[in-house]
Amino acid sequence: MDDKLLIASRVAKELHPGTLVNLGIGLPTLVAGLVPRDAQIFFQSENGIIGMQSIPEQGLEDDDLTDAGGRPISALPGAATFDSAMSFGLIRGGHLDVTVLGGLQVDRNGRLANWMVPGKMVPGMGGAMDLVTGARRVIVAMTHTAKGEHKIVDECTLPLTSARCVDLVVTEMAVLQPTPEGMVLKELAPGVSVAQVQAATGTRLIVPEHVPIMGAQ
Amino acid sequence: MSKTIKAADAVARIPDGAVLMIGGFMGVGTPHRLIDELVRQKKTRLTVIANDTARPGVGIGKLISAGMVARVIASHIGTNPETQAQMIAGKIEVELVPQGTLIERVRAGGYGLGAVVTPTGVGTVVAEGKQTIELSGKLYLLEMPLRADFALVNARQADHIGNLAYALTARNFNPLIAMAADVVLAEPQEIVPVGVIPPDAVMTPSVVVTHIIAKE
Repeated sequence: MDDKLLIASRVAKELHPGTLVNLGIGLPTLVAGLVPRDAQIFFQSENGIIGMQSIPEQGLEDDDLTDAGGRPISALPGAATFDSAMSFGLIRGGHLDVTVLGGLQVDRNGRLANWMVPGKMVPGMGGAMDLVTGARRVIVAMTHTAKGEHKIVDECTLPLTSARCVDLVVTEMAVLQPTPEGMVLKELAPGVSVAQVQAATGTRLIVPEHVPIMGAQ
Repeated sequence: MSKTIKAADAVARIPDGAVLMIGGFMGVGTPHRLIDELVRQKKTRLTVIANDTARPGVGIGKLISAGMVARVIASHIGTNPETQAQMIAGKIEVELVPQGTLIERVRAGGYGLGAVVTPTGVGTVVAEGKQTIELSGKLYLLEMPLRADFALVNARQADHIGNLAYALTARNFNPLIAMAADVVLAEPQEIVPVGVIPPDAVMTPSVVVTHIIAKE
């Protein structure tokens, strides 16, 4: 399976019926297509909608109905649209059950850096700081390393997105849970060893006696 | 007296160096006719307060490409390489603000509040130079309200006295900026008789709208 698809499929298992979920741009967006159609998960886009479907039915595109990247979407029956103040009230106010975001670095305790590389990439934080600060549960979906560089590290060298620690990290190699004591290895991707994950990780992993295969339980 | 005027006459009121709030999210819900008129009248040294600067050639991106903007307050400029290039070249001053904080600063400016108190940004570079305060054991940043000389609003409908209704995700910043500027220019997709927009559906009451931009 393709790495990104593997990550997105595992994240999809974390989403439960009746919950409100916000997916970041890029890899996290893939998750929407991997939950069952009848899962009754409400997807929010921070430009002002709950109940979006990523790909609009052909012929039903509307210039005034788009996702946060400006791409056309569909509104499912039961959808609601609102202004940006309410959209971020939902995010900051504890109404958002889960956000799934990409990451540049995550430290051993779960602090995330995902919005800028000083001197190289300064796109702006968009909604990321509000999402990490306000969502009930934050899941980071990212590749384990970037061109051989560690992304899971002792301490982030890039500017933080929030002081709040994320709850789960899903990569193509493993599922990891940051804790105050350090990064716990929760699951291994099929065919990946503990030693391989440790070699690709820039902080000492806490490895339980039994580490299940990703998504197998 | 009718509030409806031509885009050219409305934009003629905007001086060089004005502070503009502009609705829209990646160009969706942006008043495109007013933007085109700003470019045609070659305004300069503008400050733009908006969610983003869209893409080159789209919405606010047209103002950036034309070199008309001296300062941007936005949450995201990553989709417009020209904004980034002009920022690096020192031609545009950019203040990046978390999106939820940005819209609340606009709301505070329009709703008569003295500040926004938000947990977003605590412990990050966003907190630098700002007051962090502790309330009930939790840390918050004190963020200042924003106001503008002009708000450029896109609406689905306006009636003849200026009540506004918005469409789907084109609503975004529009109803908030309509409260936070000295002069509010509303560019509707259609102008309808008074009464066509039911009171419950009016999202911006007519009293805050200065001018409605006529269809031409």
